[in-house]
Amino acid sequence: MSCWETITDYGLRSIGIGERLLPKTDFTLCQQFTLIGSGLIWNIYFGVLALLIGFFIANAMALGKASANPLLRKPAELFILVFRGSPLFIQFFLAYFIFLRMKQAGVLPFLTVAQWGALVVLVLNTAAYSAEIFYGAYKSVPKGEVEAADAYGLSGWAKFSRIIWPTQMRLAWPGYTNEAIFLFHATTLVFFSGFPTWRQQGDALYYAQYFADKTFNPFIPYPILAMYFVLLTLVIIAGFGIVNRYLNRHLAPEARKKLRYRPQIIR
Amino acid sequence: MFEFCADPSVLTGGKWLSCYLTTGKHFLFYQSFLVVLLLLAITAPTALAFGFGGAVLARSRIRPVSWIGKVYISAVRGVPDIAFFLFFVIALDQGIEFLRHQVVCPDWTDPIRQGNDFIVCDAAKTPQNASPQIFHDIYGFALAILTYAIVFGAFAANVLFGAMRAVPKTQLETAWAYGMTGRQTFWRILVPQMWVYALPGLSNLWMVLIKATPLLFLLGIEDIVYWARELGGTKQAKFSDYPHGDWRIWYFLFLLVFYLAFTKFSEVFLDRVMKRLTHGQATLGGAS
Repeated sequence: MSCWETITDYGLRSIGIGERLLPKTDFTLCQQFTLIGSGLIWNIYFGVLALLIGFFIANAMALGKASANPLLRKPAELFILVFRGSPLFIQFFLAYFIFLRMKQAGVLPFLTVAQWGALVVLVLNTAAYSAEIFYGAYKSVPKGEVEAADAYGLSGWAKFSRIIWPTQMRLAWPGYTNEAIFLFHATTLVFFSGFPTWRQQGDALYYAQYFADKTFNPFIPYPILAMYFVLLTLVIIAGFGIVNRYLNRHLAPEARKKLRYRPQIIR
Repeated sequence: MFEFCADPSVLTGGKWLSCYLTTGKHFLFYQSFLVVLLLLAITAPTALAFGFGGAVLARSRIRPVSWIGKVYISAVRGVPDIAFFLFFVIALDQGIEFLRHQVVCPDWTDPIRQGNDFIVCDAAKTPQNASPQIFHDIYGFALAILTYAIVFGAFAANVLFGAMRAVPKTQLETAWAYGMTGRQTFWRILVPQMWVYALPGLSNLWMVLIKATPLLFLLGIEDIVYWARELGGTKQAKFSDYPHGDWRIWYFLFLLVFYLAFTKFSEVFLDRVMKRLTHGQATLGGAS
């Protein structure tokens, strides 16, 4: 079987298109590259959607935490504490069993499927971590800028959306970039915690482990996985770098904040 | 445990619960919390030592040596840690067996990798097949600790490398001016001063390490996650003295609360340490 045939058979295997059966014997390098790469579709799906949705929740939570009103502040603080203070791994398990109970009661039964249920957990988790970053940035917005806005007669929504929020995002962006990288890494946990895989449609790590188990040789699938993730990380850094340049475009070159890759590892 | 637990089927309420929570399996569950603490107690210093070594290598003036340190630091960072956990547990096991194989059975001629099998001579099997279960458990746990130490050592190396660079240059130059050798400057000036710069990063790392402990489950250790799934699952009256429905939600909620309390407690404690260490330092933290 040529490598091209393998790619057409297994390239979209992780989303159920192509050959039904996974290779069982005589594994080729091409198969490993193709299937692990196919699994990466799920990592990107979870990462991109969780980032997009989580961004809005995180902004709301950061404002809530900075609010003087305890009715807004306390829930936001609790939300951030719970999701940042406990392991994502445990959160996945707990959420799955809660979703299972909900399914038995007939409420939102689709949440027991990884692609929805795990997405909910990842959204909430990244929202909490990002909210903490955004909250820190909010606190570091220079007083002078806010006073200048007051002097110009800006208030309320106009002050927030034109003065505070852009600066807040600019200050938060390097930290947020690390959070994004880290979130993509965290997506590999999905199929290793409570959520079941359906018809062996898993993520990149799921297939890497499949090969490592079958061939009993970890020295090929895991480096392939590592290569894919390094590439993914570079793409994220490039993408966030574009936004970072946009956010810093009004500053003198030496005052611009460089993106530095400082991940926080596991959650 | 208690006398009245002899026939659980007639018990109700608090008595039933107190008997239920003191079954032998529950004691294994409680023990697994000690396993987590033990893992933390051994891993933290080991990872710190790995990190120190990595940082020293990365600082080396000999190029190839500093590359080794830098590759160690950055390789672990770009790739999901879970992949490293899954990789090292098998890789270390095979590495150890391979080395022992070379020593114990030098006249073995068959290749070690035959298709999808990894075959070493019986004498090189680690631990030996005939050895009691406890050795298998200890070996598995030791591999897990080493895996954690390698992965977290890389992160610690990153923190310490940064901290060593944060120590003011003038301090080191003064040491040179006083005629201290490189070694003396390193141990007497650099190392004592770097900790305060390293502490924020290291406390972050400690939190992360706490939150990484449930991943022991993925390494095949019977840890708290294993027991929470085991004990929480539905128990039929046929097979258990204490039948109950699916209680996994409650067991995992308990684990969540345990981790929340643990990280919160650590945070408060580390804040105190930071206050004490920055006392009198000419930094923003020390000024107040």
